[in-house]
Amino acid sequence: MAVQFAVNGTPASTDAPPHTPLLWVLREGLKLTGTKYGCGTGLCGACMVHIDGKRAFACQTQVSDIAGRSVTTIEGLSPDSSHPLQKAWLAERVPQCGYCQSGQIMSAAALLRDKPHPTRAEIVEHMSSNICRCGTYQRIVRAVERAAREG
Amino acid sequence: MNAPRLTRRDFTAGLGGIVLSFSLAPQFASAQDKPRLPGSLETNRMLDAWLRIGADGKVTVFTGKVELGQGVITALAQIAAEELDVPLAQVTMVPADTGRTPNEGQTAGSQSVENSGTALRLAGAEVRAMLFELAARRFGVAADTLKVSDGVITAADGRKVGYGELAGEADLKREATAQVKPKAASDHRIVGKPVERLDIPAKITGGAAFVQDLRLPGMLHGRVVRPPRYGSRLDAFDEAKVKAMPGVVTVVSDGSFLGVVAQREEQAIKAVTALAASAKWTAGPELPDPARVYEQLKGLKTQDKVISEKQAPLPEGAKLVEATYHRPYQAHAAIAPSCAVAQLQEGKLTVWTHSQGVYPLRGTLAKALKMPPAGIRCIHMEGAGCYGHNGADDVALDAALLARAADGRPVRVQWMRADEFMWEPYGPAMTMQASAAVANGRIVDWSYDVWSQSHNMRPGDPDGINLLASWYMAEPHQPGPARQAAQPNGAGDRNAIPLYDLPRHKITHHLIMDNPIRTSALRTLGAYANVFAIESFMDELAAAAGVDPIEFRLAHSKDPRERAVIEAVAKAASWKSREKGDGSRGRGIGYAKYKTTATYTAVIVEVEVDRASGTVKVPRAWAAVDSGLIINPDGLTNQIEGGIVQSTSWTLYEHVRFDRTGIQSRDWRSYPILSIADAPRIETVLINRPTERALGAGEASQGPAVAAIANAFAAATGRRIRDLPFTPERVKAALA
Repeated sequence: MAVQFAVNGTPASTDAPPHTPLLWVLREGLKLTGTKYGCGTGLCGACMVHIDGKRAFACQTQVSDIAGRSVTTIEGLSPDSSHPLQKAWLAERVPQCGYCQSGQIMSAAALLRDKPHPTRAEIVEHMSSNICRCGTYQRIVRAVERAAREG
Repeated sequence: MNAPRLTRRDFTAGLGGIVLSFSLAPQFASAQDKPRLPGSLETNRMLDAWLRIGADGKVTVFTGKVELGQGVITALAQIAAEELDVPLAQVTMVPADTGRTPNEGQTAGSQSVENSGTALRLAGAEVRAMLFELAARRFGVAADTLKVSDGVITAADGRKVGYGELAGEADLKREATAQVKPKAASDHRIVGKPVERLDIPAKITGGAAFVQDLRLPGMLHGRVVRPPRYGSRLDAFDEAKVKAMPGVVTVVSDGSFLGVVAQREEQAIKAVTALAASAKWTAGPELPDPARVYEQLKGLKTQDKVISEKQAPLPEGAKLVEATYHRPYQAHAAIAPSCAVAQLQEGKLTVWTHSQGVYPLRGTLAKALKMPPAGIRCIHMEGAGCYGHNGADDVALDAALLARAADGRPVRVQWMRADEFMWEPYGPAMTMQASAAVANGRIVDWSYDVWSQSHNMRPGDPDGINLLASWYMAEPHQPGPARQAAQPNGAGDRNAIPLYDLPRHKITHHLIMDNPIRTSALRTLGAYANVFAIESFMDELAAAAGVDPIEFRLAHSKDPRERAVIEAVAKAASWKSREKGDGSRGRGIGYAKYKTTATYTAVIVEVEVDRASGTVKVPRAWAAVDSGLIINPDGLTNQIEGGIVQSTSWTLYEHVRFDRTGIQSRDWRSYPILSIADAPRIETVLINRPTERALGAGEASQGPAVAAIANAFAAATGRRIRDLPFTPERVKAALA
């Protein structure tokens, strides 16, 4: 039976089996490829999305978990790349290869939603869910601080 | 908005066959009848292979180099826009594609700006001069009376003509002469400025930015079952059971190569799990014993080469110091498992790939698949940062083998995380053995031996096929042999010849010819390990001589650019002569000129050692960098910062776990890397040298950073660790 949910404010449904990870439904069924496959085990954060406003690993979320709920992906974070974090990511020139960055931004967005003015220590603690192999960590912290400051 | 852009490939364009309509032909012009041209112009001599100008005045730039997260495509766009005097927004970049762009081999070794950038600089200057001549003829004035701004040429009397209007008359189907002088650095308006990278907007909005995101009409998903360990043979598997699973299109086997194709990705993953569970193998040879691996590697067949030797009299009474250092197998561990999409239609194969070298890949695929190279088109699309030769090329062959069984439909294969960790070629384990003599504060003798497996087992080898699946096919191929790489670049011996003034020395590279564990190029090749050893040893010698480590380095340095970066980093970090650690905190320096010929980098770090737990942290780092003429200062800083962070991760955490039965690093728990919580805060000082050639910096800071960490640890604790990485067990043993 198809599961009904919402993605980026639009109704969606999937007939994938209930244990299917949300990641594949987003990337394959809905062609929302901003959410990345990195490890499939919730250890890298490349697949971070929001479910009802809280961050979640799309690879660890099953289709059966999202019935009736609202999913936000990087594509739906802002209509025109104007989210303060997206602007801050550009201003601080954070990305190198960029593969982890949509997950980084989704993690950071969940933080700022709950805590608009986090301390540096809070940023670091929260962002520890997401790894970056290129080593852009210093700029990630700066960009989150900038977004908090500039709003 | 009039923004600069990268081509979003017209995916359908690749589907209908291969069109080669422009001048790639004289790639192999003989050196005898042609003048030597600088950079990649030497091997790709036609102007229109690099640059084309449309009737709308827009410029298309073709490069054989690819974006790996280092910002090079933007840097190349800056160079072309600068020389042509067009706004950056008017430039469209076309990166490596065997159907469209020059062949520039691999994007590796921090040489893109040197090779492709030099070609574009000279081609740009030449095309600009041609356009000036055309405008001068049109206006009936001398070319040197004309001015240009944003692609519009203006005569002294105010008449104007745009590049687009002249483009039809400009004959770019001719060889570059490299005789038109590019702009002086003082005239640069785009080069040297921190511009926005062309590839970034899509990467922060969820736009299709990577080959992993490619979605072609009718595309299927494949996965491959890998053996339990190297050299295993497939005996049996349950084809019928897997074929009956939901969405499975076909099961493909060729000797010991085994894969599955399904409609959807999650179906392919379920199917490959079942297929792997059903497979029976005869295991290949055991791996080395991890407890004795360095010893075992040194016992294998080697090819020995003295790469530098100088004789001078040895003074009496010198103090002898000896030390041996080790670096383990380390993984590229890209954040994205490797991916490729392949489609075979009417005998023509198209492969979308994040390979660092589309032409070498094409040639090697052709051999593995027994196809003519002209029947294969390899199109680069970005993957995650690869930091060298990872699974990118291997997965391209996987996809091609599965596409042969897909009736013309495109097949996308992305490796699973465990595939990437277990099957990528690692940076080799290495042993560095140093001995030296010091007298009166100077090094009077220096002997250094380095043992390493090959750092270059990439596709493109003339005598073998360096693609994983090819070794398991029914008619198995063999990898190419290990080869020495010439100095000054070297490979395992990269940066093995110290930059210091050493009147008496002998340096020997022992290339291990066997491959008990698969290895190839990892960022910096041997430089990371050699700089770790040499710069650790310099501190050990400074201590033996009773001299401050920075003063000791300067006493052995004659190169003013070398002295400048060492002095600049000491100043930035407020280094105090003979400063001491306090048992758990301390600072150290490391320095190198990458590849002995390229970017100068000096790094100072501060470490914090928790003596009880054995954990080491690097809270702060300072770097000073001279990479000649700076193209994009922020891009340069980002590369230096990333290099220090990655090197900190290698140094504190990273080693591939294995036992006799196989590779045991399979995920981010069994191969942890540095997290944001442990990332250093870095201050970088850039030294611009506008009159020197521009050098790459993607591999400049890793060697200096590891050495700085090792030296800081020794300064903090009074104990030295010579084996990487600095695990808690090793730290506790050193402090016991």
